[in-house]
Amino acid sequence: MSLTNEIVQQRLTEYFGEAVFNFTAPYGMLTFETPKENNLKVLQFLYDELGFQFLTDVTAVHYPNDKGRELAVVYHLHNLVENIRIRFKVFTDINTPDVFTATRLFESANWQERETYDFYGVNFVGHPNLRRIMNVDEMDYFPQRKEYPVEDQTRRDKDDEMFGRGGDTAFTKDVY
Amino acid sequence: MQHLEIQPQNIKLPEGSIEKQTTTLNLGPTHPATHGVFQNILEMDGERIVSAEQTVGYIHRAFEKLAERRPLYQITPLTDRLNYCSSPINNMGWHMTCEKLLRIQLPKRVDYMRIIIMELARITDHLICNSVVGVDAGAFTGFLYVMQYRELVYEIYEEICGARLTTNIGRIGGFERNFNNTVWTKLEKFLDEYPKALGELDGLLLRNRIFMERTIGAGPISADRALNYGFTGPNLRAAGVDYDVRVHTPYSSYEDFDFIIPTGKTGDCYDRFLVRDEEMKQSLSIIRQAYQKIQEFKGPEAEVFHADVPEYYLPKKEDVYTKMEALIWHFKIIMGEVEMPKGEVYHCVEGGNGELGFYLISDGGRTPYRLHFRRPCFIYYQAYSEITKGSMLSDAVITMSSLNLIAGEMDA
Repeated sequence: MSLTNEIVQQRLTEYFGEAVFNFTAPYGMLTFETPKENNLKVLQFLYDELGFQFLTDVTAVHYPNDKGRELAVVYHLHNLVENIRIRFKVFTDINTPDVFTATRLFESANWQERETYDFYGVNFVGHPNLRRIMNVDEMDYFPQRKEYPVEDQTRRDKDDEMFGRGGDTAFTKDVY
Repeated sequence: MQHLEIQPQNIKLPEGSIEKQTTTLNLGPTHPATHGVFQNILEMDGERIVSAEQTVGYIHRAFEKLAERRPLYQITPLTDRLNYCSSPINNMGWHMTCEKLLRIQLPKRVDYMRIIIMELARITDHLICNSVVGVDAGAFTGFLYVMQYRELVYEIYEEICGARLTTNIGRIGGFERNFNNTVWTKLEKFLDEYPKALGELDGLLLRNRIFMERTIGAGPISADRALNYGFTGPNLRAAGVDYDVRVHTPYSSYEDFDFIIPTGKTGDCYDRFLVRDEEMKQSLSIIRQAYQKIQEFKGPEAEVFHADVPEYYLPKKEDVYTKMEALIWHFKIIMGEVEMPKGEVYHCVEGGNGELGFYLISDGGRTPYRLHFRRPCFIYYQAYSEITKGSMLSDAVITMSSLNLIAGEMDA
C-alpha cells in the first residue's frame, strides 16, 4: 500500500487529534501546523510510524504582522521508500522563540538550526551548539527578520511601491 | 653557570594549566587543500585527527535576504553563485521553481534543451571534483589535462548565453534564443572528444596503485549515517543509497530518458570517485539521447525554444522597438512590475552535489516573500568531523576534496 497525502493526514489526526491542523496541499505537498511544544512528538511519530526518516530542510519565516505567531519554523521531510514529501510548521511568539531541537533525531538538523537561529533568532532548546554560523559572533540582531530592509533607508529616489510592497519606507517617512 | 637540562619537570607552566597532549592545527580559511574559503580546526595527535571543527560563512553574501527585494528574473544571477562549478543547474532549478509557482507548462523541446545544458554542467562539476581528488593524491597532470574539455563546455555556454562561469542561462519559460548551429557543432565536438579524455583520466587514476591506496578506506560513511546527516547526490549514492532526484521526482522530462544510477558500497573517497566517474558517462548518454530527440522534432515544433508566457518571458527585441504592447511588457518585466500568484512551493533538482532545493513563498507581491535555498554541501559538510575522526591528516585533505565542498554553495 503506497502512502498518500490522505493516509498521512488520517494517521496524524488519528494519533494527535486536535494538535495537528490546517492541512493543505499547495502544489501537491501536504502541509500542516502543530503547536510548538508538539514538534518533536510529530517528528518522532513521522519517523517511526510513517517512515519520514530524511530531513530535507529546516528554515524559518518571519510574519511581523501576525501577533503571537511571528516566527514560523518550517520542516521539510521526505520518505525515501515511499517517495513522498511533507512539510509542517510550528509558529512561535517572537519574544519567546523557544522551539525544541531536532538534532537528537537528525544530525543534519544541527547546522540548519544554527542557520535558522543566526538569521531569525529561533532559540532551539537543547541544541548542542547553538551559535551563529554565517554571521560574526558579535552581531546582536537577527538580519533576516523583516524589520531590516535591504535598501538603504536614507535613499529618497527609490519607492518601495516599485517592488510591490507599499510605499512606506522612502517617501512617506521623513528621513531628513 | 649551571647548565639547566631541559627536562619536563623543569618546564614551568602557568599555575593551573594542564599540559596539552594534542596540537591544534588550522586547515584554512585559505589553504591549498580547502579549495575554497572555509576553516577546519583540527585537534591532532601526531598525524592523527582527534577531533575537527568546521567554520563556514566566510563568503556569506545574504542571497536569501537580497532575493526578498528582487523580481524573479533578477534572482537567477544569485543562484549562479551558489555552486559555481555547475551554475546552469542552479539557474534551471530556479527557473523551474518559478514555473512551478506560475504553473507554466514547457514544450518538450525546451525540456530536452535544458537537459543537455544541465547534464553538461554535471559533467563539468564532476570532472573538476574527480580531477581535484587526483591533485590531492599527487596527480596534477590529470587536472590540467581535463581543463581543456571543460573549456569545450564553456564555449557551448558562451554560444548560448554569452557567459562562461556564472552563466545566468535561460529564462523563465525557456531560453532567450534558439541554439544556433555553432552550439550543435560544438556539442558534437564535445561528445566526440570527451569520452576519450575521460578514458584517459580513468586510465591515469582508476587502477593506479598510489591513487587506490590513498582513497580506498579514506573518509567512509555508512548509508545509515549518510541519510541521518542529510547527504544527497553522489556522496549519498557512494554510500549505497540509490536516491536521485532525477528519478524520484522527475523534472524537465527526465522520465523520458534511459539511464543508470550508479551506487557504491562503502562511501569512501574511492567509491565517491567511481560514482562521479560513472555519472559522467551516464550524463553523456543522456545528452546523446536528448540530442537525438531534439533532432526528431519536425516543422514549427523544431523551432520552439520557450513557452508562451508573455507576462514573464521578454518579447522579441524587434517587437519591442516597433510594437506598443511588446514595449509595455518589456518595460513591466524589466522593472519587476509583474505580480506573481500567492503560493508556497518547494522544488528540487539534482545539482552537482545533490538535492538542490528552492523553497519559495509568495504573498502575491512582485518579489518573493521568502526564498530559502537548500544547499546540499552546507548540509553534508557537517559530517566531516565524524568521518575524519581518527584518520590521518592526508586522508582528511583528500576526503575534503572528494566531498566536493563548494564554498559558494555552503555560504549562500
